[in-house]
Amino acid sequence: MSRTLPWTVATIRMALESRKVSARELADDFFARIARRNPELNAYLALSPELAYQQAARVDAAVAKGEPLPPLAGVPIAVKDVLSTTGIPTTCGSKILENYVPPYNATAVERLEAAGAVILGKTNCDEFAMGSSNENSAYGPVRNPVALDRVPGGSSGGSAAAVAAGLAVAALGTDTGGSIRQPGACCGIPAVMPTYGRVSRYGLIAFASSLDRIGPFTTTIADAAAVLSTIAGHDPLDSTSARIDVPSYAHEIEKDIAGLRIGVPEDYFGAGLDPEVREQVQSGIALLQKLGCKRIPLKMPHTDYAIAVYYIIATAEASSNLARYDGVRFGLRVPGATLMDMYRKTREQGFGPEVKRRIMLGTYALSAGYYDAYYLRAQKVRALIFQDFADAFLKCDLIVTPTMPTPAFRLGEKTADPLQMYLADIYTVTGSLAGVPGISVPCGKTSQGLPVGLQIFGSHFGEARMLQASSQFEKAGGFSIAP
Amino acid sequence: MKITRDDVLRVAQLAHLELSETEVEMYRGQLDAILSYVDNLNELDVSGIEPMAQVLAGATRDPASAGPSTAADAPTDAEDRENSALRADVERPMHTAETVLKIAPDPVPPYFRVPKVIER
Repeated sequence: MSRTLPWTVATIRMALESRKVSARELADDFFARIARRNPELNAYLALSPELAYQQAARVDAAVAKGEPLPPLAGVPIAVKDVLSTTGIPTTCGSKILENYVPPYNATAVERLEAAGAVILGKTNCDEFAMGSSNENSAYGPVRNPVALDRVPGGSSGGSAAAVAAGLAVAALGTDTGGSIRQPGACCGIPAVMPTYGRVSRYGLIAFASSLDRIGPFTTTIADAAAVLSTIAGHDPLDSTSARIDVPSYAHEIEKDIAGLRIGVPEDYFGAGLDPEVREQVQSGIALLQKLGCKRIPLKMPHTDYAIAVYYIIATAEASSNLARYDGVRFGLRVPGATLMDMYRKTREQGFGPEVKRRIMLGTYALSAGYYDAYYLRAQKVRALIFQDFADAFLKCDLIVTPTMPTPAFRLGEKTADPLQMYLADIYTVTGSLAGVPGISVPCGKTSQGLPVGLQIFGSHFGEARMLQASSQFEKAGGFSIAP
Repeated sequence: MKITRDDVLRVAQLAHLELSETEVEMYRGQLDAILSYVDNLNELDVSGIEPMAQVLAGATRDPASAGPSTAADAPTDAEDRENSALRADVERPMHTAETVLKIAPDPVPPYFRVPKVIER
């Protein structure tokens, strides 16, 4: 089997069809890579070889019979540990779910399996997806494969690291305030947050229900298109999933982007932006202009308020969603003399410091006497941020910004000050609040060799155009990495 | 100072968290810093602005079962948001009690056993 061929959805399909490799051999290869690299990276929390080999056998049987192969046949994929997987432990990076094995699959996982994907295992993440560095996992931090002393970003750090290190061809992550795009930028790979409602949240263990989204990490935009096509679309099991047709992303990304209007909000290039990141992102924008895009200067006046709005709304929703962890029906139970005693001991021992901090903040923001001042006000400012995006998309087709204000920071650098950690989400939370799709595309490196991400926002349900620009950018810039 | 020790204890009680002494002091300082930061929202005039609880509710409307409007665009009013995602009330199979009890910490089928709640 060729180790020189970078595995993508397309190369795997060709190799399977021409019988150069079997799905079983591919799974062997990826499990061997994981065995070599995972002890150092800590990207995977659990492996699912039994299910993976069953799926590989189904794919190999289809090849042997000459049957048409499903779209992701044999593609080794990792799944963030906040997505429910039948029979595979799902911990959310938390001690409170240490022994939890869900009795059902998330819809996104179900669709990957139906498309022939081989699920390798579950990836590490910040506890309940709360974090920007993957240092909040109860199972230890993930290391960035590009620079081992750096964080891989968070909260989907394990998924990003697994794909960047070649331990999976693609991975699912989740994004509530930047948790797909930000690790994509840190690890130097494409990372897609679809429109709110584009991908069913059924089986995604909830953090903040009005913000949570599921999307792919891949090494190429074509692969991102292939995975997104598979998981997108209405699901009767999620009442917030949209009844809007999913276009053929594979077809759309081939289109020329000359004439597209790209909005560049000056509010995203102010104080706090690392000079080298600024320089790379400006070169990226220049490249899009060279490809025929028209640069439109934008003002998005409520950008400065996004972090505050986000950390009120997300924590308020989290405090409500995480009330279910009480030791009664599933997960950890710490015995107590009374029911209340059991609740309190279970939650005290089961949750880590960041989760407790957010539950406290959200409970405070929703509590009597503070609701109007915090939660209601934040919801109103959310409407203003939504309007900033609506106004911008009257003037442009896409919005281009940095994904992160800095490159990946060092492990331990920001753990002492939660507010500093929250501020790392400054460019990603706006799109989260507005419900628009966003992608982080690799956009060169700093002088120290750390990846920089270019963020592209599309309009609601405008993933096709966002991926189209990303694909043309990738082809022209050659920024895509091969594992 | 926005947050006192009593505030932390009150919130911990509401959230069913039993904090240690060290945690009480740590969270007091951290919540204070975060809440001071979010005070920047008070700079904005939000009078007359509708609070946004959910984006894109209009996109979830079932054209077969919904009212007069079928366009997949932003909701027009509160009633629209509420009714946009109603589905037909049809029975469908779900997890059985057996499956669910299998993953419970202390099952006594068909019940979840918990410490005594009601005093006789």
